[in-house]
Amino acid sequence: MELKNLKINGKEYSVPNDMTILEACRHVGVYIPTLCWLKDINEIGACRICVVEVKGARSLVASCVYPVSELRPDSEIFTNSPAVIESRKTTLQLILSNHERRCLSCVRSGSCELQTLCNEYGVEDEGKFDGANNTYEIDATATHMVRNNNKCILCRRCSAVCSKIQSVAVIGPNERGFKTHIGCAFEADLGDVACVSCGQCINVCPTGALTERDDTDKVFAALNDPSKHVIVQTAPSIRVALGEEFGMPIGSIVTGKMVAALKRLGFDGVFDTNFSADLTIMEEANEFVERFTKKENLPLITSCSPGWIKYCEHYHPDMIPNLSTCKSPQGMFGASAKTYYAEKMGIDPKDIVVVSVMPCTAKKFEAERVDHSAVKGLPDIDVAITTRELARMIKKCGIMFTALPDEQFDKPFGLGSGAGTIFGATGGVMEAALRTAAIKYLGVELPSIELNQVRGVDGIKEAEFNLGGTVVRVAVASGLANANKLLKMVKSGEKTYDFIEIMACPGGCVNGGGQPIQPASVRNFVDLRAVRAAALYEDDRQLPVRLSHENEDIKAIYDEYFGKPGSHRAHEVLHTGYTVRSRY
Amino acid sequence: MRNKLETIPFKDTPEQKAQLEAIIAEFKDVPGSLVQVLKRAQEVYGYLPLEVQMTVASGLDVPLEDVYGVVSFYSLFSIYPKGEHRISVCLGTACYVKGSGDIYDALQQKLGIKGGTCTPDGKFSLDACRCVGACGLAPVLTVGDEVYGRLTVKDVDGILAKYGA
Repeated sequence: MELKNLKINGKEYSVPNDMTILEACRHVGVYIPTLCWLKDINEIGACRICVVEVKGARSLVASCVYPVSELRPDSEIFTNSPAVIESRKTTLQLILSNHERRCLSCVRSGSCELQTLCNEYGVEDEGKFDGANNTYEIDATATHMVRNNNKCILCRRCSAVCSKIQSVAVIGPNERGFKTHIGCAFEADLGDVACVSCGQCINVCPTGALTERDDTDKVFAALNDPSKHVIVQTAPSIRVALGEEFGMPIGSIVTGKMVAALKRLGFDGVFDTNFSADLTIMEEANEFVERFTKKENLPLITSCSPGWIKYCEHYHPDMIPNLSTCKSPQGMFGASAKTYYAEKMGIDPKDIVVVSVMPCTAKKFEAERVDHSAVKGLPDIDVAITTRELARMIKKCGIMFTALPDEQFDKPFGLGSGAGTIFGATGGVMEAALRTAAIKYLGVELPSIELNQVRGVDGIKEAEFNLGGTVVRVAVASGLANANKLLKMVKSGEKTYDFIEIMACPGGCVNGGGQPIQPASVRNFVDLRAVRAAALYEDDRQLPVRLSHENEDIKAIYDEYFGKPGSHRAHEVLHTGYTVRSRY
Repeated sequence: MRNKLETIPFKDTPEQKAQLEAIIAEFKDVPGSLVQVLKRAQEVYGYLPLEVQMTVASGLDVPLEDVYGVVSFYSLFSIYPKGEHRISVCLGTACYVKGSGDIYDALQQKLGIKGGTCTPDGKFSLDACRCVGACGLAPVLTVGDEVYGRLTVKDVDGILAKYGA
């Protein structure tokens, strides 16, 4: 690697020549603040917060887009000279001049990147440049999120993620100059466009302009209603992310504390979505073996990710026959709760409120798909909240999360296998399904149940497995742009697979749109996908049962209720259907 | 997609449709040709309604929002049709200080439309323009090729009446 000698803040360094000034500074331990910059996704040098002084240059330069290779050898860079500090402060004041400064009640107060910078740079006179303001209606038409453009700083991180990572591209900058705003084509509401509800835009929003729809009041109302039996399920990837909301390191496994917190919130039953992930595997592995044997509607494509499902319905409706008919683990849990659990406990399903805690905003949309619910007229899921909303509830109730003891999930949906836990990482559903398909349905020994070929954060992964003499070709994609690429190859005949796993969010649910928000200063340098996924794989290793079909609670539910996977009753309760939706 | 901006119903002829398809076919594989295509499409239709933008988006395999983003960025492009009588009010410096802003507001009110748009019957469209080179007659407006100068708000009704409003 070619190196270049630079002087940064008076000290001499040799830095790789292929970096930007910002990366080079970071490389030697000098932090430069940013607002618009997202590595590889949004490198537009627009916000002017990352400006630095290059000795001899006419003006300050945007370090995020200035290549070190274009500097003269032995250039001198100052990242915190008075001119730089003054410029950043002025930029912040200019942004504030057209920003709704209702910070006290803003859901992002404390995690707002703009607020943090204003604080760091001592922007006391926040109204210095006050003048004309744009006012925008709040768009609350989407099921999963709320857009408040009055808090938007036009960094374009949301639209970059929407188009480059998800290839959905329903939001972008409209108009120009002072009137510029992020919106949809023809100023349509978010609820009226082909948005897939993935929530990745919320995760990268530096301010409170984009937020999940807050459903915590519904949960509190149910918990305070004595006539309701309120139960909760938590998705696999909540346990490796929730701790971040309470200052714990990224990748902390907090299963026990999470259960303890939910019990203290007053839920009548605290259950594990890992259980219903195992149930999904029983059904989906069975479905795969059936389709694979009959060579019908292959490749089978997983249906756990509701963002992916909505994307498929809008953008690849011709692939709907390939989708697994299995409800997602969230859906299977709700469906089982209102049938099997209601019967077992002797409770009228009308009085059961099923709350799910999901790493995902699209789960809110999924919860409102009621056309295939298990009990006619009742939704499978009553309220779906995100990891962030759960953290908010815990804080509001004064529960000291880090000081909680570890507690256990309740019966009868309390056991989850390692196969269920890895659902939260890209490739996990594939791995879990292949473990059960091979061992349980095909009677084949696997050399190891850890299928490393489908692990890792690569956007598209391919593998072949020899299951008792037949070769199964699989592919795994995460991030919808990758899914789109993969499906195009499948449709053109360039690639042939038997089984495909698709997750809408890059890296899978661990990086879902409902997960704790990490600022760009962290996102740009820490691979959240990998760190949180590593925790899930660790959790898998530690669990006594690592195969879905060996989960005792799963055996019980089939013995007592469903009979066998793919049975008539299983189909009625655990399977679903899809809708063709238009692109525009 | 529901269209939040109100526009008058879209009509096109088979000729226009064929022309648009030919334009798209010509530029389909040329990267960065969106502005070109939109400019030509506007020459065909006179404006760029949702239906035309959707055809361009799917024809060039570009997201609709990208198309709309470009259309709303450039003042050259309009998503509203032009009326049978095109009214342009000069908001240049000389006219503006002589009160053309009030005339513009009065026209918006009387026609019941916003500047840049067209009446639902397709009769009048209203735009602001920058200097028609008749500053001596300020404030000035034009209807088609006809120039009206030294106006006050009181003159607006009379001018509109001439065109059958």
